[in-house]
Amino acid sequence: MDALNYVFPNDIHVHWSMMIVLYPYLTGLVDGSFIVAALYYVFGVKSLKPISRFSLVFALAFLSCAMLPLLLHLGRPERNTNMLITPSPSSAMSGAGYIFTVSIVLILLIVLFVYRPTLVKLRLKTKGIMQVVYRLLTMDSTDLSPRSLELDRKIIKVLVAIGIPVASVLHGYVGFLFGGVKANPSWSTPLMPVIFLFSACVSGISALILTYILIKTITRRPLDLDCVRTCVNILAGFFILAFCFEMLEVFSHSYLRTWYHKSVAGLLNGQLYHSFWIWQVGICSIIPLLLLGWLCLTRVKDSLFKPFAALVSFILLLQVIFMRWNVVIGGQLMSKSTRGYTEFHPEWFDKEGILAVIFLMSLPFIALFILSRIFPLWLDSDEASV
Amino acid sequence: MGKPDAKIDRERRAFIKNVINGTIAGSLLLVLPMPIGAASQEAPEQIPGIRGKKWDMFNQRFAFIVDITRCIGCGSCCVADKREYHVPDGYYRTWVERYIKDFSDEVYVDSPNGGLDGYQSPRTDINVEVRDTFFVPKLCNMCKEPPCVQVCPVGATFKTPDGFTLVDRKRCVGCAYCIQACPYSARYLDPTTRTAEKCTWCYHRVRKGLLPVCVNVCPTGARKFGDLNDRNSEVYKLLHEHEVLTVLKKDMGTYPALYYKGLRREVV
Repeated sequence: MDALNYVFPNDIHVHWSMMIVLYPYLTGLVDGSFIVAALYYVFGVKSLKPISRFSLVFALAFLSCAMLPLLLHLGRPERNTNMLITPSPSSAMSGAGYIFTVSIVLILLIVLFVYRPTLVKLRLKTKGIMQVVYRLLTMDSTDLSPRSLELDRKIIKVLVAIGIPVASVLHGYVGFLFGGVKANPSWSTPLMPVIFLFSACVSGISALILTYILIKTITRRPLDLDCVRTCVNILAGFFILAFCFEMLEVFSHSYLRTWYHKSVAGLLNGQLYHSFWIWQVGICSIIPLLLLGWLCLTRVKDSLFKPFAALVSFILLLQVIFMRWNVVIGGQLMSKSTRGYTEFHPEWFDKEGILAVIFLMSLPFIALFILSRIFPLWLDSDEASV
Repeated sequence: MGKPDAKIDRERRAFIKNVINGTIAGSLLLVLPMPIGAASQEAPEQIPGIRGKKWDMFNQRFAFIVDITRCIGCGSCCVADKREYHVPDGYYRTWVERYIKDFSDEVYVDSPNGGLDGYQSPRTDINVEVRDTFFVPKLCNMCKEPPCVQVCPVGATFKTPDGFTLVDRKRCVGCAYCIQACPYSARYLDPTTRTAEKCTWCYHRVRKGLLPVCVNVCPTGARKFGDLNDRNSEVYKLLHEHEVLTVLKKDMGTYPALYYKGLRREVV
């Protein structure tokens, strides 16, 4: 079999490595958590209120770090502003900077309006540098009249409503970056943006559930289980869609039996066998599906629900990272010669190596911690209703 | 008997005189300073009609034809290319593939070191009855609709009006999207400049009326390059003959300007 394996000489190198796995993962987490906020602020899902603010700050923290993997990946990161200054309109990638900028400005505005009453109160309570910070964040306004709060509510609704398509574009676009590469048969499918979007929702909601449960457990604060149950129901819905589309893509390739089917099948049943069939599909999809069915369709005791909700969220976070790995790295293992596969071995100390990934993944949590010092993550009982 | 001897003596003297004169004149040529420009001008024009004319960017048409029935897999083209551009080891602007086909339609392809060392010995890792074997040189296809140009987010990869796809390495951000988009894997990220690199069909040489370096060194004429505005050029004639010329990965819709003569269906 090895004698038949032929990789184009330039295809031996995997140019998009772990940073490009991380980039869609981070934007996916942003999208998913934003969806939860949108469900509360636009669609009025009241049971999500306890994590409505947390989801926004979570999205902001992760979005603030979402571009770092791209910067680390670029051969000439010092030229990154070229994408904004001299974009080539024909390229899908040239939109990255703009979409990111719009997203972060929008989420920041939403956070500022949602937190305005809290920030005004904190401004009056604090002194020194923090007071200056709060004064800046409230744009020096202390108006908390009912009329002003009502206006805030309307602005928030409009901003979040705009945010839904922006968040969808942010991640659907990342999927399109791959789906638009016709030279790579495992990427070039119109389903790619859809798969990315739904898996983004899955990862974001999972991350919210897991961090919410962990933070509340560690800080020994009461947890709103109704909110977690709603989140798990939503998670189940999005995961069913994500998994169906992921499988549809594989099975339609397999059923169509085109010229490229052989290459894709060779990849999935060869080098990606463990990371795709065993991990992504078997352990991280079938098991969560069964668990979600049990959690959503039966009345599970509160004491059991909490650990299992955390477990299922953890497994689904793994599922999405395996999915990103299999798409990004897996797609490049297949040579454009359609006659063979190259290999990828992650390095520890590389610019895009394992240590860099660990460091980068810890940054959003540091950002979340810093932001939580400015924006209280949880609503007090006497807090305003937004 | 004396007369012929005298004649021979005279002729001998004249011959020796000529040799001495020639030696002195030749030595003087070596000693006398020669203008540098004159030496470079001596490289004969290889693509007629380019020198001495203003380069009309919008009215140039060139074609590259690879005749795989002539390629002997010597690897000279790869060596010349590597030297011309100082291509780092493990990366290739051009390469030569060896195809071996057996009687059960199994195709064995290899390109060790991109064919740089030439195919001097047969493959030892396969033991099949060889039905057919041939070499296929690969290089940039200079697509008329290049996906690399389409996907470049900063316009660093661009198509010139005279039909060459080039990379501005001062503008390239090194995102490698073009590498993913090229169906022919003709691009790589240069580890020294950290920017995208590719075959240029030796644009700098063509502008001076010289053939691409791989065409220049090919001992069998397997690589052909020429001006399509020149009706006497070999490429013009080949394109107007009844020869079957094909392109690689036609279904990609890239419309390559690189044609192959005698290409087999096994070649991807």
